[in-house]
Amino acid sequence: MLLNQFLLLAAVLFAIGVYGVLTRKNGVLVLMSIELILNSVNINLVAFGTFNADVSGQVFALFIIAVAAAEVGVGLAIVLLIYRNRRSIDVSEADMLKG
Amino acid sequence: MLSTTSLFAVSAEIADPVVKTNLLYEWVGLVPGTMALSFLLILFFGKKLPYKGAEIGITAISLSFLFAVAMAFTWIIDTQSVLNGDKGETAAAVVVDDPIGVGETAAPLIPLAEEGEKARVTIDPIVKEFDWLENGNTTFGVGTLVDGQSVMMLFVVTFISLLVHVFSTDYVGGDRRYTHYFAFLSLFTASMLFMVLSTNTLQLIVGWELVGVCSFALIGHWWEEKANSDAALKAFLTNRVGDIGLLVGMITLYFGAGGTFDIIDINSQAVAGEIDHTLLLIASCCLMAAVASKSGQFILHTWLPDAMAGPTPVSALIHAATMVVAGVYMIARLYPVFWDGLSISGSNINLMALMGGITCVFGGALAFVQTDVKKVLAYSTVSQLGYMVLALGVGAYTAGLFHLFTHAFFKACLFLGAGSLSHACHHTFDMREMGGLRKIMPKTFATFVIGSLALAGAFPFAGFWSKDEILAGAGVWPGTGGNGTYYIPFWFGMLTAAMTAGYMARVIWLVFMGEYRGHAHPHENGNRITVPLMILAFMATIAGFLNMPKPFADFLGIKDAGLAFEHWVEPASVAHFPAISHASPSLSLAIVASLVAGAAAAAVWAYYRRLHQMDPKATAYTDSFVANNKLIRAGHTMLVEKYYLDHLYTHLIAGGTKGPLARAAYWFNQNVLDGTVNVAGRSTASLGRFVYRYIDQGAIDGAVNASGLGASGSGQVLRGIQSGKIRSYATLMFGAAALLAAVFIVVV
Repeated sequence: MLLNQFLLLAAVLFAIGVYGVLTRKNGVLVLMSIELILNSVNINLVAFGTFNADVSGQVFALFIIAVAAAEVGVGLAIVLLIYRNRRSIDVSEADMLKG
Repeated sequence: MLSTTSLFAVSAEIADPVVKTNLLYEWVGLVPGTMALSFLLILFFGKKLPYKGAEIGITAISLSFLFAVAMAFTWIIDTQSVLNGDKGETAAAVVVDDPIGVGETAAPLIPLAEEGEKARVTIDPIVKEFDWLENGNTTFGVGTLVDGQSVMMLFVVTFISLLVHVFSTDYVGGDRRYTHYFAFLSLFTASMLFMVLSTNTLQLIVGWELVGVCSFALIGHWWEEKANSDAALKAFLTNRVGDIGLLVGMITLYFGAGGTFDIIDINSQAVAGEIDHTLLLIASCCLMAAVASKSGQFILHTWLPDAMAGPTPVSALIHAATMVVAGVYMIARLYPVFWDGLSISGSNINLMALMGGITCVFGGALAFVQTDVKKVLAYSTVSQLGYMVLALGVGAYTAGLFHLFTHAFFKACLFLGAGSLSHACHHTFDMREMGGLRKIMPKTFATFVIGSLALAGAFPFAGFWSKDEILAGAGVWPGTGGNGTYYIPFWFGMLTAAMTAGYMARVIWLVFMGEYRGHAHPHENGNRITVPLMILAFMATIAGFLNMPKPFADFLGIKDAGLAFEHWVEPASVAHFPAISHASPSLSLAIVASLVAGAAAAAVWAYYRRLHQMDPKATAYTDSFVANNKLIRAGHTMLVEKYYLDHLYTHLIAGGTKGPLARAAYWFNQNVLDGTVNVAGRSTASLGRFVYRYIDQGAIDGAVNASGLGASGSGQVLRGIQSGKIRSYATLMFGAAALLAAVFIVVV
């Protein structure tokens, strides 16, 4: 098994995810990009786990999937609230965190 | 250094250790365990039970007593079989928990063969020990040590405690702290048993202190009255004085014996002469201080009469079994240490014999002037404890322990008798309020008289045999032998025998003869009070025959019954016990001692009889030679004031240190402390001015201003980043993460 291929795939997915987070204005798409990042990490974990013949990599991946589900739940709720207040989900307009 | 070898040793053969064991010896730890469990159960559940917890205590002590009796019988059977030539199991076949404990360190031994008797062999102590805690390389163990001495004590403690439990159900019935009373009786018994069975000096100290705590709680049982709580405090604090000696002595022994707490190991080394004599001397002197406080030896005995403030059954328990004999027991337990340290063998006087001698005479004298029947008995205990210490001091080991054994029965009998009197006479102990009770309370009268006869050493009651053995052991009387010629202790002992008979005659006259002088309506008590009295009186009658001299046993025609107690209790031909020579009994000494005691009793009896004929209600002469002579009056006052020892302690020692100490503290306060404070104040003020001018204004303000300016400047720069835009935050975050990853890769 070539570990490199999996790592490469994960790196590409990660880069796409980061690009999406930084450039997309649509809040939902930002969340989806974050999912891409998380899943690239999952691929890394499962790949290394299999490479080392160790099941704990898969276990961690399962944990991350569970945490990601929770994170998306919270994220979508926030996006929904932003939409209710502003009638828009453009994240570049949301600048109320300004100190 | 004096040789530890006895002058009278005859043969010189080394005995093989005789090892015997059975389940009873192995599991004797259950006995203190049961009592401790009973304490907890009574404390937690006692109040909810129909008899308020007394039933738990009585069940536990009954079980313990049965165990002790079973063990005593097994021990006697084993000892007798060994005496008759059975060598027991071979030592190799038995796994002994403590590798040091048994005769491997055997030094050349000289077992003693009395004339016409083959060298006696005894069973090795059965040691069962497990680790309690470890610190560095030192292991502290806790366990049980079974030998003749501990078997004997186990029997005495459980027996007396059982009777006291039964007696108490009536005596303190209806008391508001009834449950707590029984809980502490259990703990008291448990602590004493724990101490009695100790395998090492540390366990002994723990048991010793536990006993002290329990006595504090029980003496102060009725603490609402200040006198009672004061008495409890006095008992506790006086004991603390001696406890310092105990700690120092035990630590000295620990280092002297090459770092061991094991009692048998220490004893073996002391016998073999492996511990420096000076160290043993220091340790014995320190331990004697502990004995003085715990066993009420002159001059630390002052707490003991005050301890009468506790309930009477507790006094009986304290005086007969659980508290004050702890000191005597400790001496016996570490006897080789004292044997060598105080050079008991072959000398004329030593600290222990002298302390015991002084205590027995001075305590006996004080008993003459007390009007409180319990206090007479308390001073009598002081005196009798002096007797035991004297016996051990002159090398009469078995005589000392035998006196402890017999004394437990008759003193418990007398104390419970006093309790019975007080219970009937409206809770007074004042003998001036009693009199003529022999017809009203016949059972109490009979038992009290038997107890008094035993205490006074009348033939054939228990005290006669033990007292006589002690007098013979002093080695002064022609034909007695012994370990040395102790003239002064012997005459002290003889004088005490006379005084004991005298003051007991006085008590019996004042309480039981003449006419009733009080205002209550006395009556005989119920079975729960009189039956324990009768059992104790029975024991006080027969216990002495356990150690009757051989000629007397032959005279009675009972073969091999002589000196049974000695054969059961005293170790012989073992590595951990010195070769003691035994005094031979002397018929002339016994007769002389009895005559002296009888004469004293008769004199006192005649004195009060004449008084009674003059005035039936009087308890002391008001106008006579005795009352008018200045010297006698002065002596009387001195005795009433208890040799002014309490004044010495409270006024001279405590007060004397308090006053000058306060003045010294005041002077120190005014001159040294105030001066220091003033100088410190002035220098602080000038230092303050310097600091304000240069450091505060210059350095600190400058630094503060600079940091403020720096913060505001950097804030101006950094606020640009704080845009509120999420995407710029995210960008920064990813950038930073990438940067850190790069650093990670480069560095690692």
